[in-house]
Amino acid sequence: MILAPIDGLTLVLVIPALSAALLVLIPGYRISAGLNVLASALTLVAALSLLWSRPAPGLLLHVDDLNVVFVVLNTFVGTTTSAFSATYIAHEIEIGRLTPTYLRFYHAMFQALMFEMNLALLANNLGLMWVGIEFATLTTVLMVGIYRTHEALEAAWKYFILGSVGIALALFGTILLYLAARPVPGQEVEAMAWTILMRRATEFDPALLNLAFVFLLLGYGTKVGLAPMHGWLPDAHAEGPTPISAVLSGLLLNVALHALLRFKMLLATNGQAIAPGPLMVTMGLISLLFAALMLYRRRDVKRMFAYSSIEHMGIIAFAFGMGGPLANFAGLLHMTMHSLTKSAIFFAVGHIAQVKGTQKIAEISGLTSSHPVLGWGLVVGVLAIAGLPPFGIFMSEFLLITSTFAREPILAVVLAMGILLALGALLQKLNQLAFGEPKGSFGPVEASYFPMLAHFILVLIGGLFLPTVIVSWFQNVARLLG
Amino acid sequence: MDKRLLFDVAHLLAGGLVLVSFILLYQDRMFGLLNVFALHAIVLSLCVAWQAFIQDAPHLYVTAAIALVLKAIVIPVLLHRVVVQLGIHRHIEAVGGIGLTMLLGIGLVALSMVVMLRVTEGADRLAREDLALALSVVLLGLLMMVTRRNAVSQVVGFMSLENGLILAAAGAKGMPLVVEMSVAFSVLVAFLVIGIFLFRIRERFDTVDIHALDRSRGEQK
Repeated sequence: MILAPIDGLTLVLVIPALSAALLVLIPGYRISAGLNVLASALTLVAALSLLWSRPAPGLLLHVDDLNVVFVVLNTFVGTTTSAFSATYIAHEIEIGRLTPTYLRFYHAMFQALMFEMNLALLANNLGLMWVGIEFATLTTVLMVGIYRTHEALEAAWKYFILGSVGIALALFGTILLYLAARPVPGQEVEAMAWTILMRRATEFDPALLNLAFVFLLLGYGTKVGLAPMHGWLPDAHAEGPTPISAVLSGLLLNVALHALLRFKMLLATNGQAIAPGPLMVTMGLISLLFAALMLYRRRDVKRMFAYSSIEHMGIIAFAFGMGGPLANFAGLLHMTMHSLTKSAIFFAVGHIAQVKGTQKIAEISGLTSSHPVLGWGLVVGVLAIAGLPPFGIFMSEFLLITSTFAREPILAVVLAMGILLALGALLQKLNQLAFGEPKGSFGPVEASYFPMLAHFILVLIGGLFLPTVIVSWFQNVARLLG
Repeated sequence: MDKRLLFDVAHLLAGGLVLVSFILLYQDRMFGLLNVFALHAIVLSLCVAWQAFIQDAPHLYVTAAIALVLKAIVIPVLLHRVVVQLGIHRHIEAVGGIGLTMLLGIGLVALSMVVMLRVTEGADRLAREDLALALSVVLLGLLMMVTRRNAVSQVVGFMSLENGLILAAAGAKGMPLVVEMSVAFSVLVAFLVIGIFLFRIRERFDTVDIHALDRSRGEQK
């Protein structure tokens, strides 16, 4: 065990864990910010290596076609966010909104969060995956509350309470699932391993499996931010530091979604249990319509994009709920593109809020003339997230709507309506933010544009020309998802 | 030993946990609440220890010990001190009357019995009853979190909910230790987080009443 070969899988977990331990010891934020970027980049390299050489699945950890997509996306956005975070935090310290004492463990927590999310994704054990998500939640609770203002504390408390209830329900679901699998002979740890459970799923007790899925859907669904369990999401996004909003929206929601997908695969393999699809489709559509309507009434720019995340998570849940190779493909593509676009938007919004000194939409105006790069960056981001061509989200939404039309025309109409409603709201707010008479500070901005631009280029590539390697990869995963 | 007796004692203890959950529901004094929570944890550790004995699973004794030391002694004592320091040992504000809450609680227990016993017909009889009672404890914990405004009593509600989860995990025969350990850890971590929050909340607003925190949605002008 001690002499375990060092492979990509181990490194993806060990690098963030070790750097978290190291960062705890380093007091200066400049050095730790640099180390944070370095560690995230190294983790990304290790994650990329998993694409080529994949270690054999163990009882606790495994890499398969599904989670490798999530891990690469996770580490990539983690890396760009750490670069964004370095400039963001430097500015916050400069203006005195954050003091070094408040930030003492910020970078260590960032790496710990990366470790916990990668652990949840790579776990080949129901319990271990749950532990990963649980600790990721607790870490983000601490990070959301980092400003220690009234609002930040309220947001963090709410997130903590709702998140822990969700996690508790998910654990109950996990226990029920274990019991459903119980009649099948298997010893201890083996009885909780995905790879083994999947092979035996047909023998599970369907009634218990149904009940387990209800708890898992409610529990992990809270973490995905599906309505009506989304209450924590807008507050946590709006009141925490912006790098954390980017990580929450772009990554943590995906990690919870990955957990749900795994359980959905189990139910689909079992055959006798209820079809999980309709449940996910319903919750997805409710989230989409609800969030699309709520978008019209937002006054806070970060809160607005948080609602947009609920909307997109609804679309993704809908896609995976529909199932079938085409809808699953669209869901995967949408998830990837949403992560990239939404985190890029938060990078832009973070700098905008810093330079304008406010997050209120009414107090920000004419960004394209006062700060062209940020302003146009925001325009590109909002157009992409609203689902306009030529960006990746257009591709996935188009694919989803057309494939749904062939199977369930009425649902496709509802879906299209939700997307159009959201589009209207986003364009209306964008008009206010980006054009018109410039308001507020004209001061120069110390921003790192690179993370934002890198994401936009990828989203553009995803919309114009998706490399065949990725297409066939996603097709393969879509087949796996059933 | 007689198999019937083994079963009956397990049933009695798990039922006792549900009963203590009900007692938690109607506590209107902070110290009373903490004392009853300690009792809750003691009953839980008895349940888990009995399961360890029946299943011949020594690792469950560890879980029982963790529950006893951490939840019946350490956490109540610490929370006791927090309450004294913050000077909030007077009445607890509850949403809705006690009668209504108790009725809702009875409804939830009935619900969990109906759902669980019907669904788990194929499962082992011991696990089956245990699971139904565990779900009752979980739901009563949720009810308590919903009906309390005070941060400390919400935390107690959450911990009683986690006790229900541990009961369920202990009843599931052969469930790997990973989960139980993690639950124990999570309580510790959760408590640390909560502790920090309580102090920060105090530091800023001179109250730990959640209601006072409700000012902002970030949306008003």
